[in-house]
Amino acid sequence: MHELFVEAKTENLDTVLEFVNKHIEHCTPKLKNQFGIVVDEIFANISAYAYNPMVGGVTVRIKVDDEIAIEFEDCGIPYNPLTNEDPDIELSAEEREIGGLGIFMVKNLMDSVEYKRYGTNNVLVIKKQADRERRQRHEN
Amino acid sequence: MIITAEESVNKIVLGLSGRLDTTTAPQLQKELLAKIELGQDIELNFEELNYVSSAGLRVLLIGEKTAKSKDITMTLINVSEEIMEVFNMTGFANVLRIEGA
Repeated sequence: MHELFVEAKTENLDTVLEFVNKHIEHCTPKLKNQFGIVVDEIFANISAYAYNPMVGGVTVRIKVDDEIAIEFEDCGIPYNPLTNEDPDIELSAEEREIGGLGIFMVKNLMDSVEYKRYGTNNVLVIKKQADRERRQRHEN
Repeated sequence: MIITAEESVNKIVLGLSGRLDTTTAPQLQKELLAKIELGQDIELNFEELNYVSSAGLRVLLIGEKTAKSKDITMTLINVSEEIMEVFNMTGFANVLRIEGA
């Protein structure tokens, strides 16, 4: 388990992405990109809403095994993003609204997403099976 | 993200490289809307782009709507299979003009 504590500000997104990427270097570019999207959605969400108009902290924990688990913990207002309704993805450009799309992508790109409220804290845990970069194998 | 621009007689090609997410989307929005203002068709070259998050989708939607209102086209070119998956997942494949899709 590795842990990072940062202020929930969008400027810190790069720091969080770097931290996560460092621990999933062995994974395929596809998986790294998927985690990039998901970390962006969750961290940006916390930065925008958890402490607004104040600023608070986020603890990011990552556990890398056959499965990769990333946990985001903040002590902002109680907020379970999983209760959001999924957006209507059938609408035309004129009718589209962008709200709710982020968490919808998170749910679709990960194997599981869980929300828990621990006392005064929000904890969101995302998990996905690690698909390691395959090494070329010589068959004799 | 790095954005390059190539202007020719009848179109402007914006090349995007890196990631289109919360921190970089405002940069593209500014650049894209400025170019649309010039009244030429726009091509967004996605060849060097790693991924697009919802903040990026939002800018692409704004670009598409603005282009349409000015009677020009905004076309995405060289979209990777992975990014296409995200466009399909979110319904954006039907909202944006994507070359080869």
